[in-house]
Amino acid sequence: MLSGILVFNQKGENLIFRAFRSDCRPRLADIFRIQVISNPQVRSPILTLGSTTFSHVKHENIYIVAVTKSNANAALVFEFLYRLILLGKSYFGKFDEEAVKNNFVLIYELLDEILDFGYPQNTETDTLKMYITTEGVKSAIVNSATDSSRITQQATGALSWRRADVKYRKNEAFVDVIEDVNLLMSATGTVLRADVNGQIVMRAYLSGTPECKFGLNDRLLLDTGDASGPSSGRNGGGAGNGKTRAAAGSVTLEDCQFHQCVKLGRFDADRIISFVPPDGEFELMRYRATENVNLPFKVHPIVREIGTTKVEYSVAIKANYSTKLFATNVVIRIPTPLNTAKTTERTSQGRAKYEPEQNNIVWKIPRFSGQSEYVLNAEATLTTMTHQKAWSRPPLSLSFSLLMFTSSGLLVRYLKVFEKSNYSSVKWVRYMTRAGSYEIRF
Amino acid sequence: MFIGFAPYALSNNSRFSRTPQGKVAELRQELNSGGKKDRNYSAKKIALKKIVANMTMSNNDMVALFPDVVECMNLPSLEIKKMCFLFLVNYSRIKPDVALRALPTLVQDMGDNNPLVRALALRTISYIHVREFVEATFQPLKRLMQDNDPYVRKTAAFCVAKLYEHDKKTVENSDLIDRLNRMLKDENPTVVSSVLASLVDIWGRSESISLTIDYTSASKLVSILPDCSEWGQTYILEALMSYVPQDTAEALLLAERIAPRLSHSNSAVVLTSCRVILYLMNYISGEKHITSLCKKMSPPLVTLLAKPPEVQYLALRNAILILQKRPEVLRNDIRVFFCNYNDPIYVKVTKLELMFMLTTKENITVVLAELREYATEIDVHFVRKAVRAIGKLAIKIESAARQCIDTLLELVDAKIPYIVQEATVVIRNIFRKYPNQYEGIIRHVISNIDDLDEPEAKAAIIWIIGQYADRIENSDGLLQDYLATFHDETIEVQLALLTATVKLFIQRPTKGQQLVPQVLKWCTEETDDPDLRDRGYMYWRLLSTDPATAKQVVMGQKPPITAESEKLDPRTLEELCLNVGTLATVYLKPINQVFRAARPRRLQQSPALQRPRVEDGTSPLLEYNPPAAATASTSSSGLATITTTGNPISPVHDPPPPNLPVGPNQAAAANTNATSAEAISAADSYFNGIGSQQMASMNLGGREESELGGGGTQQYVVTQNLQQVYQPQLAGGAATGELLLL
Repeated sequence: MLSGILVFNQKGENLIFRAFRSDCRPRLADIFRIQVISNPQVRSPILTLGSTTFSHVKHENIYIVAVTKSNANAALVFEFLYRLILLGKSYFGKFDEEAVKNNFVLIYELLDEILDFGYPQNTETDTLKMYITTEGVKSAIVNSATDSSRITQQATGALSWRRADVKYRKNEAFVDVIEDVNLLMSATGTVLRADVNGQIVMRAYLSGTPECKFGLNDRLLLDTGDASGPSSGRNGGGAGNGKTRAAAGSVTLEDCQFHQCVKLGRFDADRIISFVPPDGEFELMRYRATENVNLPFKVHPIVREIGTTKVEYSVAIKANYSTKLFATNVVIRIPTPLNTAKTTERTSQGRAKYEPEQNNIVWKIPRFSGQSEYVLNAEATLTTMTHQKAWSRPPLSLSFSLLMFTSSGLLVRYLKVFEKSNYSSVKWVRYMTRAGSYEIRF
Repeated sequence: MFIGFAPYALSNNSRFSRTPQGKVAELRQELNSGGKKDRNYSAKKIALKKIVANMTMSNNDMVALFPDVVECMNLPSLEIKKMCFLFLVNYSRIKPDVALRALPTLVQDMGDNNPLVRALALRTISYIHVREFVEATFQPLKRLMQDNDPYVRKTAAFCVAKLYEHDKKTVENSDLIDRLNRMLKDENPTVVSSVLASLVDIWGRSESISLTIDYTSASKLVSILPDCSEWGQTYILEALMSYVPQDTAEALLLAERIAPRLSHSNSAVVLTSCRVILYLMNYISGEKHITSLCKKMSPPLVTLLAKPPEVQYLALRNAILILQKRPEVLRNDIRVFFCNYNDPIYVKVTKLELMFMLTTKENITVVLAELREYATEIDVHFVRKAVRAIGKLAIKIESAARQCIDTLLELVDAKIPYIVQEATVVIRNIFRKYPNQYEGIIRHVISNIDDLDEPEAKAAIIWIIGQYADRIENSDGLLQDYLATFHDETIEVQLALLTATVKLFIQRPTKGQQLVPQVLKWCTEETDDPDLRDRGYMYWRLLSTDPATAKQVVMGQKPPITAESEKLDPRTLEELCLNVGTLATVYLKPINQVFRAARPRRLQQSPALQRPRVEDGTSPLLEYNPPAAATASTSSSGLATITTTGNPISPVHDPPPPNLPVGPNQAAAANTNATSAEAISAADSYFNGIGSQQMASMNLGGREESELGGGGTQQYVVTQNLQQVYQPQLAGGAATGELLLL
């Protein structure tokens, strides 16, 4: 498994060097610096030299590197590096060069705890924060053996992600359904690809050890419910009828992935999502949907290259959702040729500006209400170049966020909380659709 | 620089006032300040923090403080202890004598009544690669393996693997591995998964230890999966690769119980589950079960494409692998593999490969439109790959060849030099694949001749000129232009020029008679390159003995090329499938070629194994041959096996160039040292077995091929035979220390 973890800044200074095996020699830091950081040719996150493999991730302004010998589990290596970043963020707010330099000791302490002989151990923030803290170890707690046992039980237990003694006066749970809708539309207006990457983030402020059950309008679940439930006999010969009814308000999830607290066996057997949540915020699940994706915006770009000196744009964008809703922070990026000298823009809504460093005309519409349609007309004047090179015409891209709308049509049907003390709890659900990679070619 | 033991070192140091020593002295003073007033040791803590911060940042200067740090180790503060231990782990190898003074503290702490301290001490002592420390670990370790705290027990489990790294012999002679084995009965899942990780680690570093898991144990392990952390699940899944199913039902049941793990959010769990399920599928009979398992694996693999790019890359590389083994797994819409504009280059290139593999008659139109789009992007490397992919699709899907050629010509018209060059190379290959079908476009291709400056593209266009010298009006003129700079060209181009000139002469003797003697003279008298000379003489003699035969030989029919040749050979494929998710799958190369020390994994024989291994060296020829080669060989005897598979289309399948491992060839050589002699003799006998007439024609075919793409055919024959002779039982047999699980 991992032989060592190294952290570098952009200059190539080695900030952290922690070896877990004797084959991780200090000179490996120099090799990485020379072979990766100062080598602009490197295009792969994995580099094998001899028997040593460097797997690296860039985050903010640092390189986080795992050194492995032999044929290690690469998925585990990268998952761990990303987990380390997550831990860093949750400890220091931001995991960058400054945070590393201010927290050498804590980072070494964390590394010693979350890796043993290069094998990842418990990496749950909640548990780790019980005995590794930024204020230094609270000696009073940890120096008593009984409290320590509590920590060790937690770190090795089946519910390693949750402390047992959580208490809240008011028991609340917030569910955020966040969808990133991806679109790739060809120049002729056909949808090449449209899919949704969804994410359900939960903030659970619940006392004790609550057992939660979570229901979605998942077609498979509704279908099996219809077929096997006693209610299927309700309307005589309408088995097919029942199915279409269910289908109308349900979504097909291509695939789901769950936080480790979810009982996967249970989901596999009867598609019930049941779990004991960690305390506070966590990502309960991710899902993917590819059928019946509702595209919130339709874009019609018309781009004409006139000779070699001018490009004319006419971009129309229409909101494809109910008038009751409105999207915020709609930004349309319209690529311009590299040799653009100046541009003029006219818009029916919002503001457009040329950003030379990005080679983009950026059109911003802060509030975009449903069913409305806006147009931008622009013109880019080009300088003549001695070496005429064809313009690659990168796609036009959109970003936006739209509340109370899901592109997949996903809905949360229920969230039930069961706990020994039988308290009542308040649950909130919020939906949001954002642009993932929303690209239109022209 | 030598620095003595603590109390005496001060005077020694004070003489130096250079910065590192100054810093050391300063920190030492800070560490020792405070005295009795410093009740919470806050001054010491601050000083130690500075020391730790300086540990990595300033070379090894801090080692001078070793004695002072050891002094602090016994202070009753866990925070200080942790920092001191960290220092100890870092520097003990440089100063083992000073480190020894810390040993009593560590031994004492392993008996502390705080489990966190016990575990910390055990973890620390076992990191130190110093004989005394290793020896001092054995006894306490045995006690701590039975500690009543699970956290200590799991630390102890890893400790055995650590000691094994320090001192193989002593661990093998002790009963530690037996004790570790017994710990598998632990009621705590985290401990069990740690024990497994430790055992697999030990297994990986010893040829003499084998790891076997029976069905009951495997089943038990699967049942504790849900109670383990994500990492623990991965360790258990990896260990399950050592379970050899004895019948289909067992394998199937286990695979189905593992399948829910595919929904885990951790990609390590997902990919390792895929690995185990793919492995178990080798022991499952029944099309229906296989199909249903394949279906389950498909969506999770695609979902990994929403992960960070590094994980996407890994998922894609593994998709390439799995696609070759179980094409059913990726029956998705090809569009999920289309590139996003902002994907990193390594993701894009891999997606391109997958797209090529998944393209069929039905979806070629969509794919071509997409590839055409890529060909206008900025990244040159990616654009070239896209163009090459279009050409390869023309070869792969015959009915779409016209469509591909049209797309290529459109691209060529944009006159971007690197696109033109790349297109020229692939068009050459299209001509070779479909003789006498698309020659109408020659004029179009030739019109860009002035844009070509890369050897490969030049060689391609020269081949076209030579091959079709009779159809190209001014073929002699074109060749003459190139011949003017003959001596400055690379060998690749020179070889192409030689052949093309001879072809010109054969087809249009009047035009060629001026050029041929000139070129033959250059090739035979003015070059050092053996290939060029040999080929020169060969043509010379051929032309001077019998022109009619020469024409037959030079312009004769050649077997067509295929696009499928880059498929992994079955043995590598099988090996890589047993390693899904590991680094080797990024390179898609035989594992020992990249990681020399890796212990090989093989499919183990069992009554349930669906494709029984053939152990003798002769029969597997057909089985181990790619299907394309096998079918070709029926049409034109042994000859086709060589030429078709050795075709020189440069593969889109190569991993991105920067991560090429160092010296894979040496590795391969080392790996097969024992068998290479056998292989060569096998190759010799292979050639001897072929009749002399066939031999002659085969040689020509072989030359013809290598002339276009840079050799390699001869070598290929050897490797082909290597595979036959290579005995699979490398590690088996001599198992002295059997590891019997549970």
